[in-house]
Formats: sequence, C-alpha cells, structure tokens
Amino acid sequence: MPAPEQKKIRIATTSLAGCFGCHMSLLDIDERLFALLEQVEFDRSPLTDIKHCGPCDIGLVEGGICNAENVHVLREFRNNCKILVAVGACAVTGGLPAQRNHLSLADCLQEVYVTEISLHNGMIPNDPELPLPLDKVHPLHEVVKVDYFIPGCPPSADTLWKFLTDLLTGRTPKLGADLIRYD
Amino acid sequence: MSESFQLDGEDIPYTPGQTVLQAALSAGRYIPHLCYHPEFKPHGSCKVCTVKIASGKSQRTAASCTLPAQPGLEIESDSDEMNELRRTLVQMLFAEGNHFCPSCEKSGNCALQALGSDLGVMTAGFRHFYPDRPVDASHPDILLDFNRCILCELCVRASCEVDEKCVFALSGRGITKHLVVNAASGQLADTDIALIDKAMQVCPVGVILTKRVGFAEPIGERRYDQRPISAQALDDAPRAATGKGRCTSCEE
Ligand code: SF4
Ligand code: SF4
Ligand code: FES
Repeated sequence: MPAPEQKKIRIATTSLAGCFGCHMSLLDIDERLFALLEQVEFDRSPLTDIKHCGPCDIGLVEGGICNAENVHVLREFRNNCKILVAVGACAVTGGLPAQRNHLSLADCLQEVYVTEISLHNGMIPNDPELPLPLDKVHPLHEVVKVDYFIPGCPPSADTLWKFLTDLLTGRTPKLGADLIRYD
Repeated sequence: MSESFQLDGEDIPYTPGQTVLQAALSAGRYIPHLCYHPEFKPHGSCKVCTVKIASGKSQRTAASCTLPAQPGLEIESDSDEMNELRRTLVQMLFAEGNHFCPSCEKSGNCALQALGSDLGVMTAGFRHFYPDRPVDASHPDILLDFNRCILCELCVRASCEVDEKCVFALSGRGITKHLVVNAASGQLADTDIALIDKAMQVCPVGVILTKRVGFAEPIGERRYDQRPISAQALDDAPRAATGKGRCTSCEE
C-alpha cells in the first residue's frame, strides 16, 4: 500500500505597499524551489492568482500599509494564517514609502500629479475604484500582530531559504548576522 | 603581576586608569558598544555597553565604557539578559530617527546597523516616530542628514577637541535633544568646517557625509559586509588619543 501523502504546508503571499522585490528574492532561491514545492502549496499569491486567502499555515507579507485596501488584505491574512511573517524592510519598518510620513499627503499628491514639471493638465486621480491612501505609511506590526520579521531590502534568497527551512522543520527561525541585513 | 577582573568568568588584565570596556577590548574581548571611540574620552550616552556587576550579594548595572576597571569585579556581559537589553536600546534608536537603510549612503559602513544585525535585531519593535528633520545641504562639499543622528556627541568632541572649531553642539533636553550647527544662520555653509577635519571622520552613522562620493563602494565590499562588528572589535581597542578631553577654544 503506498504511504499516505503527507499533507502539504499551505502558504499565502502578497505584496502590499512593496515593489515585489521580496517576491523576486523568493524566486531567487532557484532550484531550491523544487524542494520547497514538495513540502508546500500556495494559496493566495501573485504566483497563483488566487484572489482571496483561505486558511493557511504561513502568510508571507511584503510591503507596508499605505492605503485602505492594504489594511483589508493584511487583516484577511491575519485572520487566515496561523503564522504571519513581515517580509522585507517595507513590511518591517514602512520602508522607503514611509519617507513620505513627515510630509502632508495633500502636498505629496499635489506635487506628484499636478505640480510635477513633466505634467500638463495634471489632476489628482479620483476614480472610485482606487483605494484611499492613508495619511501615513505604517509597518505591519502597527496594524496586526506579526509573528516573525525578516528585514532586508529585499532579504536575500539565502535569508528567505534559511527562514523557511527552519520554520518547515519545526525550528524557531534564527538568522545569523550575515543574513540579517537592513538594506 | 598585572591586576585583573572577571568578564563572563574569564580573567581580564588591565592597566590602572582603563575602563572595563577599554580593558576588555585590549584583551581582545568584545562588549557591544556604540558611542565609545578609541581616541576620545568615553562619554557614556548610548548605554549599549551596559554590563551587570556582581559584588557580594548585590547586583547592579553600569555602562562599561565609563566604569573604571577594579580588581575583583565580576562582570556579566554576554548573557541573554544583557543582550536583550541592548537589542531594546538599538530598537529605540531605530524608532526614534528616520533610518531608511536602503537609501542611506552609510549603509554597510554604519555602526548602528552593524550592531543591530550582530545583536539579532529583526524589527524596530516600537512605533516609529518618523520625525521631521530637514537636511542641511548648504555646504558645497558636505551634507548633514539629521534624520540619522543618534546624539553620540562624537562630532561635537572631534570638532572641539581636535579641530578646535566647535562646529557642532547638542541642544535641547530629553526627546527634544538635537544636533545643531554653531553659526548665526544655523547653516553648515557658514562655518569653517573642512573635509579634512576629524569631525568628518567620526560619525558612526550617516549624518555627516561628503557629497558626490556616496555608494561608490559596491555592496559586498563595505566594512561590515566583510565581518560582523563584533569580529572587528580590536579596531576599537584604546590607541593614542586625538581628543584632549576638553576644548581649548570654548573651554567646555
Ligand atoms: S545611519 Fe545606519 S542605521 Fe541609519 S539609515 Fe543609515 S545605514 Fe541605516
Ligand atoms: S552627527 Fe553623528 S557623530 Fe554627531 S552626534 Fe549625531 S550621530 Fe554622533
Ligand atoms: S558605548 Fe558605553 S554608553 Fe555608549
């Protein structure tokens, strides 16, 4: 009788106010992806195009929180993932988008969409489909409880690999100084 | 026979007049530290070098960079408790300023960043202040980015004690404390700071920057890409002082 197939670990991933660099770094684990896929399956993720997150073991969230939709997606992840991980500088600290935090949002929009020299007849986008920007950009842990943080812009493929293999084998993930980078 | 004290159960010899941190570094033993500089009188502001001292039944903590070495001291430094405390201090420094490492030209050569990664700081933990601190780009060759200042006072001391110019000072108290430029306009362009000044070399973070040279070193070749800050501790062992311990121009 064939051994019963081991239940795969279910992982969801998303990019909020991020640049997808952390997802690119995950793909950078290269052929180790095959080993990973023997143990895991993906739920909501840019890799599957599933639109909503179902019950999962691990949620990997790239990017900080800069608009109302980010808040909804983050809450969906928190409600569905047993372990929620902030991946990369933006998720951990707000990152480069948070450089707007000491400016007023109105001034930023005015500068980018109206005053900017290359624009003529510029206007601030107001399509109702667009999520409302938040006054400030926030790291994830200011909105929901986060279980693990992986700094780096982006964290290297080796960092993500070490973290995931620790987690998948039931160890508390532990990164050495060489894998903890803030840039 | 030289005198000695105990650091994490090991004998550390010292010469009278040395502090615990200086003796430890001279003996090749690392105690995490940030505002200490081997050429200046220890200042004791960051508290990252805090250690636990047992004497008899009582225990207390003190900054090891200013604690005079004495015979028979029993010092605990590399313990979970002390390192957890240091992580919290580093987290507070990150949360208090604007540290966007990916766009900082000091990245890879920054002591705060190197300390964080060596101590295993994964997040700033606290709510970020995101303070509003405009930069001073007035000088043709030097940029001041106050967003990253950790108020270690090294530039103040270097400018006073070595350069004898007193270009910098700290102003305000507590959370309002900040670095200022000693000029009527408050602008760096109106001081006599020069690129060859000691004050240009001592900032452990990315505040005092030479213009037009940023990001020249590729990632992988910067100082702390090579080896963690703890492995470079011998560089911080005491050497001939350049600071006089006081300022001859302003007598502070
Ligand atoms: S000063 Fe250091 S910690 Fe701050 S942003 Fe620059 S590299 Fe990062
Ligand atoms: S500018 Fe640099 S050297 Fe001067 S007090 Fe701030 S952190 Fe220290
Ligand atoms: S190194 Fe001792 S207080 Fe900063």
